[in-house]
Amino acid sequence: MTSTGEYYQRDRMRHPPPRDEGYKTSVTRSPNYPLISLENSVSDVTGPVFGHGDVDPLDRDLLRNYARPGESPIGERIIVHGRVLDENARPVPGTLVEIWQANAGGRYRHKKDTYLAPIDPNFGGCGRTLTDVDGYYYFRTVKPGAYPWRNGINDWRPAHIHVSVFGRAWVQRLITQMYFEGDPLIATCPIVNTVRDKAAIGQLIAPLDRQASVPLDSLAYRFDIVLRGRRSTLFENRLEGN
Amino acid sequence: MTQPLDYLKETPSQTAGPYVHIGLAPGAAGFDIYDRELGHDIAGPNAAGERIRVEGIVMDGTGSPVKDVLLEAWQANAAGVHAHPESPGTVEDGFRGWGRVITDFATGEWGFDTVKPGPVAGRNGTMQAPHIGLWLVARGINLGLHTRLYFDDEVEANAADPVLNLIEWEGRRATLIARRGARDGQPVYRFDITLQGGEETVFFDI
Ligand SMILES: [Fe+3]
Repeated sequence: MTSTGEYYQRDRMRHPPPRDEGYKTSVTRSPNYPLISLENSVSDVTGPVFGHGDVDPLDRDLLRNYARPGESPIGERIIVHGRVLDENARPVPGTLVEIWQANAGGRYRHKKDTYLAPIDPNFGGCGRTLTDVDGYYYFRTVKPGAYPWRNGINDWRPAHIHVSVFGRAWVQRLITQMYFEGDPLIATCPIVNTVRDKAAIGQLIAPLDRQASVPLDSLAYRFDIVLRGRRSTLFENRLEGN
Repeated sequence: MTQPLDYLKETPSQTAGPYVHIGLAPGAAGFDIYDRELGHDIAGPNAAGERIRVEGIVMDGTGSPVKDVLLEAWQANAAGVHAHPESPGTVEDGFRGWGRVITDFATGEWGFDTVKPGPVAGRNGTMQAPHIGLWLVARGINLGLHTRLYFDDEVEANAADPVLNLIEWEGRRATLIARRGARDGQPVYRFDITLQGGEETVFFDI
């Protein structure tokens, strides 16, 4: 059964509000006026389509996609895997998932990152893949390190991986961050705490997945991503025969 | 007790942060890793229609340019068709209608080349004026912002556009209209975005 209706309205109480004084940069970058709510049109329920010509299988392997031949990055080897689902619990197949992260020392390979920790010559820090028919994806990488950032003078980001996902429609576009089970820095992070709903924060914390670990090689963390779902009733501006 | 409805809930958003380029535009972060970065060519070489450039700057609530924005565009082709199975019709080979650009680290300017989209079917048999959907993320933006770019040389179509007409404050509609100019004989539309304040751009909950 496929859904052909409008997408469910975004539950903005589960998302961070635009302005959060604890996250200082948001104060001057947040709209003051309320958003104008639109009913979906064709412009919104369509969105970019990606295929196997867009990504290389190596792109999902951060242990190898920037390493010199025969070498690998420093750090705890991990697998990050999960499914992209919609709010109806249906898999979202063939969608592009892109990630980026700091290296094991908490340093990003970026012109603008000046943290003391060293760049790892064998680690780029980004990856991308398409979900399979079951909405499943995986990456191999190293566990990123925590890092300090200028907000409060002693604020630290918990270890995290940034995740970007498209879904099938422009309305589903989402960027988020994945955290690691058991990290004591999660509770005090101003960016984590832009999300007010504790249960919603829980959705960002990937549990250690012993079953999916590779013995003598890598631990695994499970991160399922839920995108907006849509009604199953026919969407009235869809033309017959499409 | 009532039985539970077994819907899932959308994963909450988190800011893209200052290093979004690493993941989505690594060349701009300062390194080459992929054979091909995505989103550099919106229309492709075969697209019909007028070739245009769109440019702008993103301003924060203090009037300063925001220099770490990542912006994505989604549009129909000149015939009003999106490159997606749910859009009736077909598009030219190589037309994607999707692009991704960043603001310049020094100036905050962004820009992309594309073709001018055609009018797109709206709801209930209406037509929407030609427009480009824009989506912005940056450090300090907690959930990506959706807006729309319309064209100032589409006066009649804009006046009838169901989305523009939904904006109660008529003065604010102007924040969505790009101004046509030219450079080296090529049409260039200017579209500055203001995140906060009196001139604040209209953003949508779509
Ligand atoms: Fe980060």
